[in-house]
Amino acid sequence: MSAPMDKRRPYTRSMAGWWKRDPYFIRYLAMEATSVLVAVYALILLIGLFRLSQGELAYNGWLGALKSPLSIGLHVLILLVFIYHTWSWFKVMPKTLPAFYLGGAKVRQSVITWAGVVVALVLNLLVLFILAGVKP
Amino acid sequence: MAEGTKTIEMEILRYRPEQDKKPFYQTYAVAFDNDWSVLQGLQYIKDELDSSLSFRWSCRMAICGSCGMMIDDVPRLGCRTFLRNYYPNKLRVGALEHFPIERDLVVVVDDFINKLENIKPYLIPKQPRKLEQGEFLQTPEQLEKYRQFSTCINCMLCYAACPQYGLDSKFTGPGILALMHRYNSDSRDDGRDERLELGHSEQGFWGCTAVAYCSEVCPKSVDPANAINQNKMGSAVDYFLRFISPQGTAK
Repeated sequence: MSAPMDKRRPYTRSMAGWWKRDPYFIRYLAMEATSVLVAVYALILLIGLFRLSQGELAYNGWLGALKSPLSIGLHVLILLVFIYHTWSWFKVMPKTLPAFYLGGAKVRQSVITWAGVVVALVLNLLVLFILAGVKP
Repeated sequence: MAEGTKTIEMEILRYRPEQDKKPFYQTYAVAFDNDWSVLQGLQYIKDELDSSLSFRWSCRMAICGSCGMMIDDVPRLGCRTFLRNYYPNKLRVGALEHFPIERDLVVVVDDFINKLENIKPYLIPKQPRKLEQGEFLQTPEQLEKYRQFSTCINCMLCYAACPQYGLDSKFTGPGILALMHRYNSDSRDDGRDERLELGHSEQGFWGCTAVAYCSEVCPKSVDPANAINQNKMGSAVDYFLRFISPQGTAK
C-alpha cells in the first residue's frame, strides 16, 4: 500500500502593503517617520554650531538663511512634527517601564504618559523663559 | 440553533486546499438574534447553510483561546465579538493574519507551539522540591509581579497584530515573550538565565519595535508590549555588564 497523499497545502499570505491594513499601523509608521525630521532639525543646529566656529560672518550667514520663507515653513512643519513626536514618544514610555505603585495602587499608563508630556511642556516653557531674558 | 430576527451578511474567507488555488470570500446571509456572537454566526452557517466551513472553537467564553480570527481586519475572539455591533453593515471574517491558512479560518499553529515549548513555560526551581516541604508560598506583592502576564490564553491575537512577526517569523513574538517574562518574574522560579539567552537575542525582545498593537487587541489585558519592552533595559545592562564581569551568562 502506498503512503496516503498529503492533502495539506498551507497558504501563506503576502505582507505587501501590510501597513495599510490598519489605521494603527499607519499611526505607528507616522511615529517612526517623525524621527526623520527630528534628525533634520538636529542637523540644522549642528550646521549652526559649525558656522559659529568659522566666525561671525559665517554665523550671521546661517542666521540669515534661517529667516528665509522656506526655512520658516520648514520650522513650522518641524514644530508640528515635534509635537506629535513628543506625544507618541511618551505614549510608548509606559510600555518600557515595569509597573510601579503609589499608595498601594498601580500607576496607570495614561498617567505616566501625561506626566511625561507635562514635564516636556514645563521644560520647553523654561527654555523659552530663559531665551526671552537673553538680550540679543 | 433557532433562527434570529435580523439578517446580517457575513463574508467568510474560504480556502479548501484540495480545490482552491488561493483564498476567496464567500458571503452568507445569517439570521441572528441580538445576543449572538460572531462564533454563533459561524456555527449557524455550518449547521444550516454550508457544512463544509471549517473554524476552531471550544469554550464560547473567552478562556480557551481557540476562536481567534480577523473580524473586519481586526484580530478578535469570535465568541467575544457580537454581530449586533456590525449590523446593519456586513462584516468580514478571515483567518488570523501572519499564520499560514490550513483551511478556511483554521491556521497552522506549529510555529507558535514550538516557540512556546522553547521558552520553558513552567517553573524551574533552584532545587527540586520535595512533597513534604509543602506548597510554595508567595506574598501578594510577589504574585502581583507576574499575575497580569499569567492570564494569557494563547489565542494568538497578538501575533496577528504584530507586523514584525508577519514580516519575519523568526521573531519569538509578543504572547510567548510575555509568558517568558511571566516565569522570569516569579519568585518561585530560577530558570531566568536559561530563558534569557533567547530573550536577549534578536529573536527575543530586540525583535520588537514597539508597535504595541499586540497590547490593544489582547482580550485578557496581558499587555505583551509592556512585558517585552521593560526587558530591553535589563538586556542592555546585561550586555554592558559582561565587559566588567565576563563570567556572566551573556554570550
